[in-house]
Amino acid sequence: MSADAHAHPSYVKIWGILLALLVVSVLGPLLEIRVITLITAFGIAVVKAYIVVRYFMHINLEKKYVAYMVGSMIVLMVLMVGAVTPDVMHHDGANWYNQAAADEVKRGMAAGEKDEHH
Amino acid sequence: MSSTAEAHGHGGGQHAHGHDHAQGDHGHHDQGWFMKYFWSTDHKIICFQYLFTGMFMAVIGGFAVYVFRMQLAFPGMPVPGWGRVTASDYNALITTHGSVMIFWVAMPVLIAALGNYLIPLMIGCDDMVFPRLNRLSYQIFLVSVVILILSFLVQGGAFGGAWTAYPPLSAKSAFNLTPMGSTLWITAVALEFVAFLLGGINFVTTLMNSRAPGMKMFDVPMVVWMIIIASILFMASVGPLVAGAVMLIFDQQIGTAFFDPAKGGDPILWQHLFWFFGHPEVYVVLLPAMGITAEVITVHGRKKLFAYRTVLYTAIATGIISFFVWAHHQFIAGIDPRMANIFTVTTLIISIPVAEMVFVYIATLYGASIRLTTPMLWALGFIGEFLMGGVTGIFLGASGADIYFHDTYFVLAHFHYTFFPIAFIATFAAITHWFPKMFGRMMNEAWGKVHFWVTTISFNMIFIPLFLLGARGDHRRIYDPTHFPELMRAGMQDLRVLATVSLLILISVQVVFVANFIYSIFWGPKADKNPWRANSLEWHAPSPPPHGNFPEGLPNVYRGPYEYAHPDRGEDDHWPQHEPPPEGAKA
Amino acid sequence: MSFPRPVATMREATGMPTGRLAVWWVIASEIVIFGGILGSYIMHRLGHPEWAHQSIHTNTWIGAFNTFVLLTSSLCAVLAHQEAEKKNGPGAARYLMFTTLGGLTFLIVKSIEWTNEIKHGYTITSNTFWSFYYTAAGLHGLHVLAGMVIMLIVAADARKGKELQRVENIGIYWHFVDVVWIFLFPLLYIAK
Ligand code: HEM
Ligand SMILES: [Cu+2]
Repeated sequence: MSADAHAHPSYVKIWGILLALLVVSVLGPLLEIRVITLITAFGIAVVKAYIVVRYFMHINLEKKYVAYMVGSMIVLMVLMVGAVTPDVMHHDGANWYNQAAADEVKRGMAAGEKDEHH
Repeated sequence: MSSTAEAHGHGGGQHAHGHDHAQGDHGHHDQGWFMKYFWSTDHKIICFQYLFTGMFMAVIGGFAVYVFRMQLAFPGMPVPGWGRVTASDYNALITTHGSVMIFWVAMPVLIAALGNYLIPLMIGCDDMVFPRLNRLSYQIFLVSVVILILSFLVQGGAFGGAWTAYPPLSAKSAFNLTPMGSTLWITAVALEFVAFLLGGINFVTTLMNSRAPGMKMFDVPMVVWMIIIASILFMASVGPLVAGAVMLIFDQQIGTAFFDPAKGGDPILWQHLFWFFGHPEVYVVLLPAMGITAEVITVHGRKKLFAYRTVLYTAIATGIISFFVWAHHQFIAGIDPRMANIFTVTTLIISIPVAEMVFVYIATLYGASIRLTTPMLWALGFIGEFLMGGVTGIFLGASGADIYFHDTYFVLAHFHYTFFPIAFIATFAAITHWFPKMFGRMMNEAWGKVHFWVTTISFNMIFIPLFLLGARGDHRRIYDPTHFPELMRAGMQDLRVLATVSLLILISVQVVFVANFIYSIFWGPKADKNPWRANSLEWHAPSPPPHGNFPEGLPNVYRGPYEYAHPDRGEDDHWPQHEPPPEGAKA
Repeated sequence: MSFPRPVATMREATGMPTGRLAVWWVIASEIVIFGGILGSYIMHRLGHPEWAHQSIHTNTWIGAFNTFVLLTSSLCAVLAHQEAEKKNGPGAARYLMFTTLGGLTFLIVKSIEWTNEIKHGYTITSNTFWSFYYTAAGLHGLHVLAGMVIMLIVAADARKGKELQRVENIGIYWHFVDVVWIFLFPLLYIAK
């Protein structure tokens, strides 16, 4: 266990990197360009999560199966969302139509625009 | 740190154990009754807690089915022991029956009780790796039981939205009329999930870290593997439903609209979250039953398990595929038809590994010297009856056929042909097989056989009529069929009466089991250490095993658990896992 | 309460301490819980463009500050682990206290933020966006709270130099809670 101790890079440096990424992820969306918002918000979230998992949780020093175990849970969630999306995210499809949801979208859009004009 | 406490050898185990035993004994003597049976961290006591709670819940679930089956056979007549069944009684009873049998009978008995008893004994150690977590797991489970029972007493009565709890019925008290009951129900279910999550983590880490020295991956008895795979399946599938349960409670009590499309939610989402758990859940209970069968048919057939690795890999494959078939429960719920196609294909695919397991067991039985003891009868019964359930599942998996069959008694009969063999037939195999170990006495064989035959025959006599009813379009959630002329065509009511009468027989004959069980605990003939001459490690411990399990020292393992009728062994047809190889032979 | 430790608790057939192994399994089972709620949120969010009119009212600066707080508390947790590896129990306990303090700050900021939002009429029932907002962040907040309680217990032992391996275990859990927030932050705050 203690042999690993020497392998640790400086934690404070990693913390600094994380904070820098945080600043970028907050400033990025201020440009109000959709692609940049997506990249800076979610791309950076993935990078930050990777850094925490790798350097703080030391997943690379664990047995291989730990990464597989955690990774397969994430994959499972992605697949679940993928299969549920056609029903829950879309409000219509082949031979079906979700009237209630579509109405709600329309109502919400109208109310939202009215708000902004105030 | 690990290997100092546990030298890898027989002597080492003995040393470590002796030390532990002294401490355990010390605790033992000044424990009161409460500390010994309620506050214990011993995995065997916790097994009994789960087992007896599960049996108690089976009585509640059984009583519920008695009442509503009487209503279906004799609509409107007062039911002895209950009175007239109102529509909301009916709904509460079917919901209680379904959820109790799955969450509070099958799960605690098959996974928690057997897992707790068998895992440490079969892998040759003295307890779980987290004994206190284990105790906590049962206590949370007990709280969930109490909440469920309390839900009958609150205003509006117990929840009546079926075990699947589809919104909007489950989400709005204006629809379900059980403002408190529905929330208590979902809270109880969520607590039960927490209990099994704790238990599952404990099981998995125990198998991974506490195996006896020498026990390699393929030396682990199949039933242990199956319980572990089931625990992992449970852990991976239940998460979204835990989140869903929180959302549903908020919908019920705070007035959020997660599942209300008119306010930006979606009821189909609940169905997905539920069945993403619900379908793996059926394999969570199936796999331990398959494992029990593997143990029983090898011990009582005196033959090596055919293709151990195939069974293991098949079980893992089944587990993985079981995550990708869930939408076959929603074919007519308005899901995307392209998805329905995919899920039809995956559903048909999953029957392949399931069938494969059955074939492996048949191959194991081929040429075995079968002893028709009571546990063996139950195990054989399991294979035969489950086959019916699996085959009818294929009908339902074809989305075209399912448009007709969905929510008919055909579906109901299908899943009872899977669940009953699992939760009762395989469980009886397990109880009769491990009873000598658990209680140190033998059960009565003759009464055991009477119980087996009457139970199995009456079970078929319940559900064959229900298959026929379902094929004729009988809808499964109708409270009083006499209101619907199309459900009262010639012969349909007779089939309902036949099913109910068979149910009465099935329930009555359980008295034979309970009597045999209780009598044998106290007055059955004493069992020796290994009455079935089995190989796995639990039979090396005394019957019943004392605190610490192996007073002669924790065992080492030298071979797999299924070495029956080995050519090198001559007369002796078994070869225990812990027995060192003879001098000079290669290990 | 003295508790006789069974041999089972001391074995290590995988070569990985049982406690740490169990923490990873806990994390695996938590991933699917958070996956369920965040997945549900994402699907709804993409299907409901009108939610943009609601999410505009979340306060990115407060969210960013809380991200900073959690990242810093994670740093303290990993420094505690470093001290524990050097068998410096009191040092580890001190860092754990800093981590707990981070958790406390997080929760206080959160409660100020929520009070403010509720005052402006954005309650859990006002719209399904807000339902998800409060439910997801609330579930996460409960994890923060639970982590703090366990951390205090671990710190009390560590101060006496006992059970130092637990410092790493609670740290792994804490980092996981941090990672969940790393995703909640863009999902609830940045995506306007
Ligand atoms: C070969 C394997 C199986 C296949 C292909 C299969 C297929 C299906 C299908 C397609 C349905 C949906 C029918 C409908 O609602 O219209 C269904 C329902 C069901 N199956 Fe299976 N099944 C299989 C095995 C099992 C097993 C092993 C169990 C239980 C341990 C089980 C339990 C259930 C339950 C509980 C339901 C109905 C749930 C409800 O609607 O309340 N099935 N099955
Ligand atoms: Cu299914």
